[in-house]
Amino acid sequence: MGFLDAIPWDLLLIQTINGVVTGMILALVASGLTLIFGIMDVVNFAHGEFLMLGAYIAVLTLVATHSFWIALIVAALGTALIGAIIYLTTLRPLLGRDPLTTILATFGLSLVLQNYALWQFGPVARKIPEPFSGSIQLFYLNYPLYRLMIAALSAAIIGGFWLFLKYGTWGIWIRATTQDRIMAQAMGIPVPWVLTGVFAIGSAMAGASGVLFGPLVGVDHAMGFDWILRAFIVVVVGGMGSLGGSVLAAIFISLLEAYASLWVSPAQAGIVSFVVLIMTLLFRPTGLFVATPK
Amino acid sequence: MRDRQPIIFWTGFAVILTLLIIAPLMLPAFWGRFVTEILIWGLLAMSSDLLIGYTGMVSFGHSAFFGLGMYGAAFALLATRPPNLWLALFAGLVAAAAIAAFVAYFSTRLRDIYFAITTLIFSQIFYIVIFTWTELTGGENGLTFSRPALAIPGLFSLRFTPRTLHWFVLAIVILSYLLLRRITHSPFGMVLQSIRENEARTRAIGYPIERYKILAVMLSGLFAGLAGVLYAFQNEFAAPNFVFFVLSGEVVIYNVIGGIGTLVGPVVGAAFFLLLREELSRFFTEYYLIPVGLMFIAMVIFMPQGLLGFARRWLNR
Amino acid sequence: MTADSPLLKVEGIHTYYGKSHILHGVSLEVGHGEVVGLLGRNGVGKSTTLKAIAGLVHPSRGRVLFEREAIERLPPYRLARAGIGYVPEDRRIFRLLTVAENLRIGLNRHGVTASRKKELLDKAYGYFPVLSERRNQAGGTLSGGEQQMLAIARAMMLEPKIILLDEPTEGLMPRMVSQIREIIDVLYREGVAVLLVEQNVPLTLEASRRIYILEKGEVRHHAPAAELRADDAPIHRYMGV
Repeated sequence: MGFLDAIPWDLLLIQTINGVVTGMILALVASGLTLIFGIMDVVNFAHGEFLMLGAYIAVLTLVATHSFWIALIVAALGTALIGAIIYLTTLRPLLGRDPLTTILATFGLSLVLQNYALWQFGPVARKIPEPFSGSIQLFYLNYPLYRLMIAALSAAIIGGFWLFLKYGTWGIWIRATTQDRIMAQAMGIPVPWVLTGVFAIGSAMAGASGVLFGPLVGVDHAMGFDWILRAFIVVVVGGMGSLGGSVLAAIFISLLEAYASLWVSPAQAGIVSFVVLIMTLLFRPTGLFVATPK
Repeated sequence: MRDRQPIIFWTGFAVILTLLIIAPLMLPAFWGRFVTEILIWGLLAMSSDLLIGYTGMVSFGHSAFFGLGMYGAAFALLATRPPNLWLALFAGLVAAAAIAAFVAYFSTRLRDIYFAITTLIFSQIFYIVIFTWTELTGGENGLTFSRPALAIPGLFSLRFTPRTLHWFVLAIVILSYLLLRRITHSPFGMVLQSIRENEARTRAIGYPIERYKILAVMLSGLFAGLAGVLYAFQNEFAAPNFVFFVLSGEVVIYNVIGGIGTLVGPVVGAAFFLLLREELSRFFTEYYLIPVGLMFIAMVIFMPQGLLGFARRWLNR
Repeated sequence: MTADSPLLKVEGIHTYYGKSHILHGVSLEVGHGEVVGLLGRNGVGKSTTLKAIAGLVHPSRGRVLFEREAIERLPPYRLARAGIGYVPEDRRIFRLLTVAENLRIGLNRHGVTASRKKELLDKAYGYFPVLSERRNQAGGTLSGGEQQMLAIARAMMLEPKIILLDEPTEGLMPRMVSQIREIIDVLYREGVAVLLVEQNVPLTLEASRRIYILEKGEVRHHAPAAELRADDAPIHRYMGV
């Protein structure tokens, strides 16, 4: 019984909640990435920069309207539009070619976008204020309500999107195109537009997560980078192209990291996700959370 | 005409070699050092080309090999008094080789995209380890040490001047180039290129692809580590930002801009990029990466063979 | 065959696969509501011909005219919406979608009312009762023959003017072969033209009005089926059966 007393239950609970909160945002970022990869085999290195762009668009919108929710919507739509334009100009010409060229092109894109943001907004981080304050009592801590809301909203967005995929008309188009691009065309699905649309949606998800996460950290030009690495790991561990897998993997990894940071520094806790990746690649390369190895 | 091509190549080679030899004599100090640095980055780019251009494996992990070569040399140089050049070379290469073996193991199990992402993540792992293990690596501040002398114990000891160091670096880089050229022209190199062209077919013919890939990664890692050692010699410090994956990204840029699969192309790409950065940073200060990045994207789309790509077949005779 | 322009007219198309020259100037015609057969051994270019018509392969030379419009440069989804249904050799139904979802895809077109959609779906289930039983099952769980039914049914949901059938009886049991025969009849009764690529000679002879025989990427023989039923020498000559 003494042993049970020694376990810091309160800390564990708080870290569990933190892990789930971070995990949901990570899931939102990773969903966009895995969606894009699943349908067109494109690994978007610049995905983190869409997160950053979303956050900055929100910053600008907030100056005009002072409403967090309007900023969120504008940022999502804005990132979708930018994503579509980038896809049409830069990525579509590369579709038939060696998949590594898209990695290179999106890598170049991330450099350009990051430095553009640095140029336009400067190195000082901006702030997005939380839409509401208030907290709930968790043991001796006041746990911010806003954090809980982020998790709920991310879950809602992902859930909503899942429903759209399953039951919506265009959702079926997306699923069909993901399975067999050629026969999708032969059945009358305008595949080029579906691809553009999916890229836009994936970008919008990243942009939205940037806005949601903005109040927790500062908004600066390099904020995307952290997320992109973890998002990649989530996508691989969850199974590339699997929406459900990404969500599970994101929560799994975030929980592990949250627990680890009870004992080591946050920077070192980051190694946890890398270790999980290595384990996955060694033993189940198609993904830990995918039903059967293909 | 066929018989004359090697002559043309080696003549051109000799001309460039001569220019590089007299460079420190003709140029002001800053530019002399600049050329030396281009050589070192060129070596790094060449090592990467072995993987990207000849085997068809894009790696974002070269910053790890480079960085470990650098830190390996640093430890050796700090360990002995006076600092020993040969020990540093040895230590750097061993460190790089160890990491290369680790990465090589994974390289055989993953195809293209997964491999690229995994190498990127590995270089980040090493970055974090080096960054946080302050007692060993000096953390953020890195390590400083003195440049070793070119010495054979008991026989002679020559301290390096910027000029003699340049020639030392040049000698090593040229030797490396000739060695790499030999490797890519050999039957081994031919198999690598066959893997790049069509891995399934090469496997079907009966080649043990895994073994070839592992060897390719090891060789690539060794030369990259060598570049790291040279960099340590030249600059007398080792810092974690060299292990950050952006360095790998820049190396890939040198490769693509210069022309993959040519060995010489990446060196040209490195020179081009570094000169561009030098010039543009006068106008754009830190934002030089915007025009460079746009140029890079444009090249990937419209000129994927790079600056020297048109000469690829010719350079590989 | 009506005297004025046919529904589909292929004029001298050439296609390449890398450096291989597959079709060497293939020409054929299909009239409105007509069943036309395309025979030939393996690898002569029969599938490629269908793919060229469906827009999945773009000929480097020649034209494909559908309702008098040149379509050889158009993307496949436009052709599907214009009325060209394609049933490929390996069926290629969407395995992870249910039977119902596979069918619904063809119904998502401009100008199709909800009631018309229901009508078409009911018709499909009527012609293919086995699909009705399995309507909520994933396509990948169906047997080979059932997948073939689904592949044809979903093409019918496009309300096509012509259906391109690529070896529909391949790998099917004899019982199913006669079912395919019945389906072709159904299509004919509905006024849908059929371009039937097959290696099954008897079925093709029975079902088609005219037959083309392909060899090495060229049309070597073209005759009314009745003629070939009487004298099948050309079939032996070009198909070696």
